[in-house]
Amino acid sequence: MTAGSNELLAGLARQDPRAIGRAISAVENNSEAAADILSSLDQDVIDSVLVLGITGPPGAGKSTLTSAMIRALRKKGNRLGIIAVDPSSPISGGAILGDRIRMMEHALDPDVVVRSMATRGRLGGLCASAGATVRIMAAAGCEIIIIETVGVGQSEMDIIRLADITLMVLAPGFGDDIQAMKAGLLEVADFLVVNKSDLAGADALCMDMEQVFHDKQEEDGIARVLQTIASLNQGIEQLLATVKTFGLHLETSGIKEERRHMALDAETLDWIMEILRPRFAQAMSEKTERKDPRIRAKELIKELVTRQEE
Amino acid sequence: MAEQEKKSPYRVLIGKPGLDGHDRGAKFIARALRDEGFEVIYTGIRRSAAEIAATAVQEDVDAVGLSSLSGAHLRLFPEVIKELQTRGGGDIPVLGGGVIPDEDIELLLQAGVSAVFTPGTAAETFINAFTEACEKHSDDSGQ
Repeated sequence: MTAGSNELLAGLARQDPRAIGRAISAVENNSEAAADILSSLDQDVIDSVLVLGITGPPGAGKSTLTSAMIRALRKKGNRLGIIAVDPSSPISGGAILGDRIRMMEHALDPDVVVRSMATRGRLGGLCASAGATVRIMAAAGCEIIIIETVGVGQSEMDIIRLADITLMVLAPGFGDDIQAMKAGLLEVADFLVVNKSDLAGADALCMDMEQVFHDKQEEDGIARVLQTIASLNQGIEQLLATVKTFGLHLETSGIKEERRHMALDAETLDWIMEILRPRFAQAMSEKTERKDPRIRAKELIKELVTRQEE
Repeated sequence: MAEQEKKSPYRVLIGKPGLDGHDRGAKFIARALRDEGFEVIYTGIRRSAAEIAATAVQEDVDAVGLSSLSGAHLRLFPEVIKELQTRGGGDIPVLGGGVIPDEDIELLLQAGVSAVFTPGTAAETFINAFTEACEKHSDDSGQ
């Protein structure tokens, strides 16, 4: 344990914003302090937080809804963590992280801890970074943590699995986009939030979605399709109350624990990929071969394992 | 590990303090930095110095870029620096741009602004300045 890690851990316990930010950077950049920090976090605290995932197509109002939820939850006195994920450019590797624009009203609230995170174009790694960030925020006293991400792409799908409860945000007028998303994302969503529900087409969208969620709804009698107008703060209280009821249901039924286990497995696998990737890239660059990639891959794995055992 | 850390993109915040709503410059800079591989946190227009500083600390950025076209840069830029200091982020370099008269540039530099850009500055110039500021910051903070 280095002096730097000790300082960061002490800072986390004090809920110092600078220390929280730095600790998250340490895990995101996979620096040496990361292992020290993560191994020192209190598992009970981590177990007690509620992680909400908010996803949906661009423009559905995810950030606005998140901001409205922050407003309502802050009135109840909850300390909150927000992880806002935006895609990195596959070409430059850079990113514009703009989710904060709609959350600036909370910028000076010390009990709203926001972290913008770029996908960094990794196949693995994002899930690991976000998972570690959840735990750091929990250690820094956040009781409810919201992960917000665009609902397209594999890494975004993976990251939403970190959540205990997933809210899918849609708005009228997306038409075919929604059709295309049905198979993948609606299956992982616990709730469907029809935002901008004052717009034409909202009722039809709700009816459509009621059908999709019919079976889930029958099971436990909890409404899964909810309407909001986030920009006007409408429907937020109802939404939070329903989510809370559902959260209790998850807890008592053991589903939350099950989901946490699955999330940890996914994260562990993510780390394995993250750690192994550079080693294999190195091994690959040492020996250029014109073999079939699948055969070559198996040989490389075998080689690395034997090397490890020696 | 050190080699891996180097590959992590620099994080910068681009913000517009004060009351003017002309954000074309800020957005241009944000996009240019993104295209150079920076992760750019954009806060939008009409932010207070305190909001910008609090966000920069929370997001653990390597540099802050401010844009002002209102003429209030002599008050706003140093105010952001002061707010950063009171929030434990005094080590984060601040760069500024906008419609800034020549005679004010020296005053801003004296007030602790790392670099000042005026309209017409080549993208390469401010990208280099941001890269330098970020490099220096991450070396100093030992991350």
